[in-house]
Amino acid sequence: MSTEAALLTVTIDGHDLRVPPGTLIIRAAEQAGIRIPRFCDHPLLTPVGACRQCLVEVACPCPDGSLRPMPKPQPACAVPVVDGMVVSTGLTSPTIKHAAEGVLEFLLLNHPLDCPICDKSGECLLQDQAMSAGRAATRCTAPKRTYPKPIALTSQILLDRERCILCQRCTRFAAQIPGDPFLTLHERGQSQQVGRHDPNAHDDVPHPSADDLARDGQAFASYFAGNTVQLCPVGALTSSSYRFRARPVDLTSVPSVAEHDANGSAIQIETRRGQVLRRLAGDDPQVNREWLTDKDRFGFSWQQAPDRLTVPLIRRDGQLREASWPEAITAATKGLFEANGVGVLPGGRLTVEDALAYSLFARVALRTDDIDYRSRPRSQEEAEFLARHVAGSGLGVTFEDLGNAPTIILAGFEPEDEGGVVFLRLREAVANGSRIIMIAPFASPGAEKLSAQLIPTIPGAEAEVLDQLETLTGADLSKAILIVGERLSLSPASHPAALRAAGRTGLGLAWIPRRAGERAALEAGLLPGLLPAGRTREDAEEIAEALTSDLTLPALPGKDLAQILESAATGEIGALLVGGVELADLPEAELARAALSRAFTVCLEVRASEATALADVILPVAPPSEKAGTFINWEGRMRPFPQALPTMALSDARVLSLLALQLGCDLDLTPAAAHRLLARLGKPTTSDTSQTTVAALAPGEPPIESPPTSLPIAARGEAHLATWRELIDCSRGVDQEHRLNADARAAIVRLSPATAEEIGVGEGDEVTVSTTRGEITLPVRLTEMAERVVWLPRNSPGSQVLPTLGKVQGIVRIQASGKEAAS
Amino acid sequence: MSYDETTRNSLTQDAQELVSRYPRPRSALLPMLHLVQSVDGYISPDGIAFCAESLGLAEPEVSAVATFYTQFKPQPNGTYNLGVCTTTLCAVLGGDAVFEHLSEYLNLADGQTSDDQMFTLERIQCNAACDYAPVVMVNWEFFDHQTPDTAVAMVKALQAGKPVRPTRGPDQVPTFREAERVLAGFSDGRADEGPGCGAPSRAGLDLAQSRGWSAPGKEAS
Amino acid sequence: MTTLTPLLTRRWATPESWRLSTYVNDGGYQALRRALAQEPSAIVDAVKASGLRGRGGAGFPTGLKWSFLPKPDGGPRYLVVNADESEPGTCKDIPLILADPHLLLEGIAIAAFAIGCHHAFIYLRGEVVHAHRRLQRAIEEATDAGFLGDNICGAGFDLTLTLHAGAGAYICGEETALLDSLEGKRGQPRLKPPFPAVEGLYARPTIVNNVETLAQVPGIIANGPKWFGSLGTEKSKGHGIFSLSGHVTHPGQYEAPFGITLRELLKMAGGIREGHDLKFWTPGGSSTPLLTADHLDVPLDHESVAEAGSALGTRAIQVFDETVCAVRAAARWMEFYAHESCGKCTPCREGTSWLRQLLARIEAGQGREADLDLLGEIPDQIVGKAFCPLGDGAPACVTSSLLHFRKDYEEHIRLGGCPFDPVACIPVREDVA
Repeated sequence: MSTEAALLTVTIDGHDLRVPPGTLIIRAAEQAGIRIPRFCDHPLLTPVGACRQCLVEVACPCPDGSLRPMPKPQPACAVPVVDGMVVSTGLTSPTIKHAAEGVLEFLLLNHPLDCPICDKSGECLLQDQAMSAGRAATRCTAPKRTYPKPIALTSQILLDRERCILCQRCTRFAAQIPGDPFLTLHERGQSQQVGRHDPNAHDDVPHPSADDLARDGQAFASYFAGNTVQLCPVGALTSSSYRFRARPVDLTSVPSVAEHDANGSAIQIETRRGQVLRRLAGDDPQVNREWLTDKDRFGFSWQQAPDRLTVPLIRRDGQLREASWPEAITAATKGLFEANGVGVLPGGRLTVEDALAYSLFARVALRTDDIDYRSRPRSQEEAEFLARHVAGSGLGVTFEDLGNAPTIILAGFEPEDEGGVVFLRLREAVANGSRIIMIAPFASPGAEKLSAQLIPTIPGAEAEVLDQLETLTGADLSKAILIVGERLSLSPASHPAALRAAGRTGLGLAWIPRRAGERAALEAGLLPGLLPAGRTREDAEEIAEALTSDLTLPALPGKDLAQILESAATGEIGALLVGGVELADLPEAELARAALSRAFTVCLEVRASEATALADVILPVAPPSEKAGTFINWEGRMRPFPQALPTMALSDARVLSLLALQLGCDLDLTPAAAHRLLARLGKPTTSDTSQTTVAALAPGEPPIESPPTSLPIAARGEAHLATWRELIDCSRGVDQEHRLNADARAAIVRLSPATAEEIGVGEGDEVTVSTTRGEITLPVRLTEMAERVVWLPRNSPGSQVLPTLGKVQGIVRIQASGKEAAS
Repeated sequence: MSYDETTRNSLTQDAQELVSRYPRPRSALLPMLHLVQSVDGYISPDGIAFCAESLGLAEPEVSAVATFYTQFKPQPNGTYNLGVCTTTLCAVLGGDAVFEHLSEYLNLADGQTSDDQMFTLERIQCNAACDYAPVVMVNWEFFDHQTPDTAVAMVKALQAGKPVRPTRGPDQVPTFREAERVLAGFSDGRADEGPGCGAPSRAGLDLAQSRGWSAPGKEAS
Repeated sequence: MTTLTPLLTRRWATPESWRLSTYVNDGGYQALRRALAQEPSAIVDAVKASGLRGRGGAGFPTGLKWSFLPKPDGGPRYLVVNADESEPGTCKDIPLILADPHLLLEGIAIAAFAIGCHHAFIYLRGEVVHAHRRLQRAIEEATDAGFLGDNICGAGFDLTLTLHAGAGAYICGEETALLDSLEGKRGQPRLKPPFPAVEGLYARPTIVNNVETLAQVPGIIANGPKWFGSLGTEKSKGHGIFSLSGHVTHPGQYEAPFGITLRELLKMAGGIREGHDLKFWTPGGSSTPLLTADHLDVPLDHESVAEAGSALGTRAIQVFDETVCAVRAAARWMEFYAHESCGKCTPCREGTSWLRQLLARIEAGQGREADLDLLGEIPDQIVGKAFCPLGDGAPACVTSSLLHFRKDYEEHIRLGGCPFDPVACIPVREDVA
């Protein structure tokens, strides 16, 4: 914060204000409650001064103390306050009022009068200002500028050019925020228009020349394209999924939190008659600013999908049949009670209230410590790391810290695909001079947009790099941040190595998982041996006291997910309580199928799934928009949200509460109780937000040479497998969104040129990646990357790595499609 | 991209030369777009892809630039670009009449290209030769003091395949692609052809010499 | 009586005037040698003392502009030559480049030395291929002869000069649009501040100077600042090229001291086309308000022309006699501005287009009385509100023609058509084939 002495004095319309240096006139006016009309201005984009709607008269003090008026009106959105400046807005200056009216008239000359059919009508900046300050009738009799109706910029984003007022918000957003200049200004003067290069406009020959293709065959646009629709001050940019569906005045808007990643992005859910019609980014400067991934914005129909479970089901005579809640609760508790042990697999998408309910229900009602939420690749080292260094650690490294760190190192973490709005914050950091270093097999498109320096690393060899981090980077890492992604769990010894690096250098560690419920699961203690708020088994008495309940844990830590599945498959454990788990996400999917088939399985689920198909009792639960709750994002920040839609559906906690009651266990699993417990156990910590000095970044630094690896060497015709889930993939969270999917990246396989040559393939040729289990064939994109490493998307159409190849890391075979493997 | 290997290699070599002239590669974009026109006769989709790839830009960033400038043509241009200046001064002094006659003779409207791809006719904006008005630019070479008759005669000569000499320019008017190669920054060795200036440029000088006027000498030191 | 002072134009009639040998034989590059023997700051001081003002239209003091550069920080600083001559009526820089490119190159070398620049650029309008050839060749010759390149004249000063062709955009004559264009972007003006002297090309300190401005520099160095200031007026010192075009007997380039009048220039150019009378003229291109026969004795310097309600601009004097319809002239100029508006800001983009439509309608005889009110008001919504000076200057032809020749407009509306004979204004030229 600036000290009082450093503040500048400015007079706006006679009001004296004190503002920090660098404050733009338009922001200073806002502080004084003076609204200057504007179109192109946006606080998060660099000023452009194009629309001229915010002109003000400005006078600056001369050295002799006199005031010198500037010769012409200045754009308030672009001119910073100078000490002693005197500003007149349209409220006090007739010249300025006239200027603003003139600009408004100019903008309306060619703007269609199609408000009655325009999506933006009712929330349109131009409409608002035309109604309040515009002329009653036009003075222009010439025909308006028209264009063919709309251009599909992407499958999801439509552009009606005649409505555009050329404010450049969308183009500035695309270039500055995600660094995806998929739409730019084209043409000039009156013909100037926002557009996307159409390579086929003048030619019959298709030109699929872009590096990065979307599934619909166009060049890949952006994971953040939807923000342009929200940014557009008029109705020029609309989304095809919302277009012509509703009027803003008909919508009920509820603030909420997005469920598709671990960021806890603020959103507005807009509903009409019990249906979500659209989601917008909320304004949360600390977290997602005003931005959202397209997945969080457009991926909401899954919550109201046709396969939504609405009534309990009980397996009778081998068939799942509808049942009443009392019947289902009775059947479930009977099965769980009678079983010789219950394993609990609650999944990674829970609110902290639901997660705590699972934790307490397991420990108190079921008296089991056999609980593991990690329905994904995982390791014991990771579990220890999470239990000791993440659970109960409160607010750690924050988004703001990412923006201020001089160096940010990414391990097991692809920022664009796995980071969501973290990627945008990293872009901001880079713009401020931060240096990004990626421990990864190649520089991904996301890495390139961060000008990241690569330490080329075969997946699995990260530990060796982490142990030499200072030497390899040659940087002072004392103020650096190391982001550890959940994929690092696949690399042996990597979590201890990360901790050693932190200990040696003082760098800050941030663990950023993919799913929304990961951090809440840790805070609730959904790992064997881990109790709520980072407490361990040794603290069981404290927990019991807080709960005023009996809590006796078995002498040894419980089983983890793999052990639970093994035990259930062999009959050692007789029952399973399964939350939101997709069996295909598990490395041991086969085992899981056997386990769920054999054990008495109770599923709490939103939608029918492979797991529910094997269940004995299905208890439908509410999706996020139909319940109140709190996600905890990767920072450790509580992200509470209210219920957006009226519903009959019950939260997981409510269902577990019914089960507990039926089991005769007096356990308060209400949200209020959950928060009381956390408040009592919590050890709130404040994050260190002190400013760190930043080093200048030279873009395009060459990759750092990686240390020799002790990993087994891949033979000719073999490669180390590298894979991760792209942001928009075959996830069930977006399986209803065909437009969003069309805009996602098309699946490809990546090989180094030399490795490709070894197997006799060139750019675009089909390559088959195989294991004894199965094979995937995709076109190859030659990429500068480590030799004998192959990358393919983990869960995209045509590339379902885990189910098909049975692994996500290790050595696989590679060959030209249709050829026999080299012997 | 559908350039054959030879074209691609020579484009790449030329692009490297252009990029080497600037502290930052992107500055070579305008010259490279001229280069694309010298090969394709317009800003082709291939050319846009080539520029994007060579300079590490997205294609929309390249097309954004290409569509801003009047000289970059979105459609294949004629071998001879006939630009008739019809800004006020040239228009009043006969440019409008020249344009009308050419338009009628070639049966082309503003911006149209003849079916045989030989001519593109366009109205152009002031081309910095007002003292030679009205002016016609053929592939951006000066044809000064034009009348409807001289302009049509010049077009007929081009149609007949006869060499045509600009008023102030090289000995023979180049093709559109040849001119674009010069603008891209590759010499055609014809700098020494043509006059230093025409009569209007030296009008004041001639008068001064005839009257014995000159600039005053050096200050006393 | 004011006489002509050919200095920049001195060699234009010499055979092979553009060759290095012609230039060197006439004493060329001596000023550069002289400059290299001095401290760079002395050059800046000399240019400051000369009173030289920018010749690209705005008339900003050149030496002062140079002195705005921040102290050297070890990083590059650039000199960019604005050779994007596009203002309607302006036709002085292109002939200079065609006839005497080395004069410009010597000016560039001296200026670069003065400001500590080692890489300069000439942004040349794309629509003049032969000027491109001549400049490119001159750069090669000068580099081979050691007047450009490494260790110039053995004085240890290095300068790379890159010739860059534009591609057809009037707006690139605006210095910040020019810089964006030179960076390979759409040529749209940048917000100022930061000014180019602080953050110009590649966000480095940059000086942008017009061709004629830099061509004056060798003379100032060779003959001294006092010599330069001995010509011209107190505040508009020196001499420059006055470009006469239109209905004069001998259109062309007339190099004269600032302060000369149109009456004097017309006399030198053989007067108005025989049998006709002056109706209106632009003192410095179409962005400067029209003047009339009432202004024949206005001294052509920045101050006096401003006082007369116009601007000296680029000294592009377009002369029109009584056969010319003021509506047609304004309509066609507005075609130009609407065509060349870059589109960035609302007032210029929408305003010029609306004015174009209105003027076309009036010219076609379909105007109404109310249209004249609009022609009066729309310029007011543009001037001072546009992003850059080019937008602010666009409506000048409308406002001034309406002021002086409202009758022309009213006649169009009254008659439902143009009262002028479009053939009468075409001069019959028997002197050219």
